[in-house]
Amino acid sequence: MFKKIVDSTIFSGKCAKDHYRLLKRKVIFSMFLMVTIPLTIMLTINYFQYKSYHQNQIMLPLQEISEKTMHSFELFMEQQLAIIKFISITYNFESLKHKKTINKILISLKKEYKGFVDIGLIDSKGELISYAGPYSLLGKDYSMQTSYKETQIKGQYISNVFLGYRKNPHIVIAVQSFSNESQNFILRATISTDFFGRFIANMGLARQSDAFLINSQGIFQTNSLYYGNALEECPLKIINSHFQPYNFKKKDTKNRDIVIVSSAFTIADYILVIVQPYSVALKSWYDFKYDMVFVFLISLAIIFFAIVKLSNILVNRIKISEEHRESVLTELQHAQKLSSIGRLAAGVAHEINNPLAIINEKAGLLNDLIALSDNFDKKSKFTEISNSIVKSIERCRKITSRLLGFSRRIDVKIESIQVNDIIYEVVGFLEKETLYRKLDLILSLSDSVQPVFSDHGQLQQVFLNLLTNAFAAVENELGTIEIETKNSIKRGVIIKIDDNGCGMSQETIEKIFDPFFTTKKKEGTGLGLSISYGIIKKLGGKIFVESEPEKGTVFTIHLPEGSEEMETNYDKTKAKNSSY
Amino acid sequence: MTKQKPKILLIDDEEEFISTLAERLELRGYTCKTAEDGESGLRMIEEQNFDITVIDLMMPGMSGLETLRQIKIISDELPVILLTGHGSTKDGLEGMSIGASDFLMKPIDINVLLEKINIALGLE
Repeated sequence: MFKKIVDSTIFSGKCAKDHYRLLKRKVIFSMFLMVTIPLTIMLTINYFQYKSYHQNQIMLPLQEISEKTMHSFELFMEQQLAIIKFISITYNFESLKHKKTINKILISLKKEYKGFVDIGLIDSKGELISYAGPYSLLGKDYSMQTSYKETQIKGQYISNVFLGYRKNPHIVIAVQSFSNESQNFILRATISTDFFGRFIANMGLARQSDAFLINSQGIFQTNSLYYGNALEECPLKIINSHFQPYNFKKKDTKNRDIVIVSSAFTIADYILVIVQPYSVALKSWYDFKYDMVFVFLISLAIIFFAIVKLSNILVNRIKISEEHRESVLTELQHAQKLSSIGRLAAGVAHEINNPLAIINEKAGLLNDLIALSDNFDKKSKFTEISNSIVKSIERCRKITSRLLGFSRRIDVKIESIQVNDIIYEVVGFLEKETLYRKLDLILSLSDSVQPVFSDHGQLQQVFLNLLTNAFAAVENELGTIEIETKNSIKRGVIIKIDDNGCGMSQETIEKIFDPFFTTKKKEGTGLGLSISYGIIKKLGGKIFVESEPEKGTVFTIHLPEGSEEMETNYDKTKAKNSSY
Repeated sequence: MTKQKPKILLIDDEEEFISTLAERLELRGYTCKTAEDGESGLRMIEEQNFDITVIDLMMPGMSGLETLRQIKIISDELPVILLTGHGSTKDGLEGMSIGASDFLMKPIDINVLLEKINIALGLE
C-alpha cells in the first residue's frame, strides 16, 4: 500500500537502507581498528617482554642445578682422588706391594667409603704388581692403556665409565706417586658408578626431564631415561663448555622441543647434561601465554560486542535525526511553496476585486436603470443579461475570497468545540447526495471524544473538502464512506475519513496537497486539499493520507487538544506575516 | 432624525467605482459626493456637512485608515463605513477599533451597504 506521511516524509527506500548499513559497517570497522590496533601492539610488546623474562626465570634455576650437581660430582671425584693420593703417600711402594697391606687398605676403603671395588699397584713398567679385589689381574700389563699413559703425564687420572667383568659400569681413579728409590708407581682404584645415579636423583628434576653424563666423544657415561644407556652413543649433539652452563634449544630424536643445559667437568672428561622438554621447562610461560591470549580474545569479543551495540545506537540516532531533518525540510519547502503561492493568489485576488467591484456597480447601475425605465423592447432580456452579469460577479467574488482564504488571511476563531458536532453538520450538507446516490455513510463517532480548542468554521471547511473528495471518488450504490473519531493517545482527537473509492497512485499522493493540483479536470480548483492542509497545519494538527488505486483512500487528521491562547498566538504570527 | 435621505461622501481612488456607486445611490434618493483621495475627502468634510462617509481602505497616498483617523479628529460624530478590497477582516476590524461603524468587502452588494448605512445612522 502506498503511504505518504506528509508531516514526516520518511527518507526510505533501498538506497537509504544501504547507506545506513554501509555507514554502520564503516563505523564498526574504524572503531574496532582504533581500539584493537593499540591493544594488539601493546599485547605484542608485552608478549615478547614476558617471554624473555619467563625464559630467563626458567633457565636460570636449571643452570644453577646443573652447575651445583657438576660441582658435587667434581667434589666427590676429587675426594676419591684425595683418598687414593693419601694412601699412595701414607703407604710406600714397598708396603703396598704386600698383598696383606693392600687387602687391608681395600677393606678399610670399602668400610669407610662406598663404591670402591678394587685397588691395584702398577709399577713404572706398567705391570700390576699388587692387587686387592674380586678379579685376578696380577701381572697384567697396563702400559698400553690410556689410564696408565694419562696418569704418567698428568699425575692423576679419572677414567670414563667402562663395563667391568661383572658388566657393572665402573670408573678408574689412578694417582702417580714415587717410591723411596725415586721410582714412580701408580695406585689405581676402581669405583662403581652407583653414586652417579644418586647425584642425578638428588637434582630433583621435573617430570619428563632427563639428566645424564656423557664424555666429550658423546658417549653416555650414565643411563639416560630417553636417549640411551651407558656407553652408547648420545643421539643429541651437546656443546661442550667449560666456562659456564650452556643452554640451547633443539629438537630431540622424538621431535620434541627440548632445552639442553650442559656443564663440562674440569677434572675429568665428563659433561653433565640436563634435558628438559620445552613444554615442561616453559610450562608456566605457556600457561601464562594461553591466559594472555584467552584474555585478549575475550576482550576483543567484548569490545566487538560493545562497538556493534554502540554503532547501532549511533547510526540509529543519525538516521532519526536525518529523517527528522528531511521531514522538516520537506515541510518547510511545502510551507514555502504554499506561502509564495498564497501571496501570489492574494495579490491576484486583490487586484481582481477592484475591477470586479466596478463591473458589479456598472451591472447594478444597469439593472437599476432598466428597472426605472419604462417598458421597452427586450427589457426583460436586458434584465436577464445584467442579472447574469451580477451572478457571474458573485461567482468571481467567491473565487477571489477562496483564494484569499488560501493565503491564510481569514481570521481564526478558537473556541472549545466538539468535533462530532461539526461532522454531523457537514454530513447534514451531504445528506441529500448520500440518499440520491445510494451511498453507505457510516459514522463511527466515539461519544467520549474530548472537546478541543479549534476553529469551528475552518474545521467545517476541511471536513467538507475531504468528504466532497470521498464522495467524488466512490461509485453510486457501491460507495462506502466511513467517518471515525476517537481520542488520540497524545491528547487530542483523531478523525479518519475512509472511502472505498478509486484511490490514488503514488505520484498523485505526492502532489495532492500542492495548490492547483487537481484530478477533477474542469470541476476542481486544486485548492481544496491544500487549503485543508494549511488549515490543519494552522490549527496545530497533522493530516495523513493512505491510498491504493482501486481500493480506496484514508485521510487521517490529528487535532491537538489546543488551548484558548492559540488565538492570540496566531494573531501575533499573522500580524508579522501580513506586512505587504 | 431627518426625513430627508442622508448625504453620503464616497472616498476611493477607483473613480469608475465611486462614480457608478454614487449614481446608483442617487437613483435611490441619496445625495452623494465623491473624492478620489483622503486629502480631498477631508477638505470636503471640512467644507460641507455629510451624514456618513464610505472609505476604501487601500488608497495611494493617505490610506483609508489614516483618513479615518483624520476624520475622527475633525468630526468625531461622522459615521464611517470602510470598504476593503482584500479578503482580510483584520483591517476592517482595526478600522472599527479606531471608530468606523462597519466594514464591507468589495465587490459590494448595494443593498447590504444601504443596510449598514441605515444601521450606522440609527435609522433601523
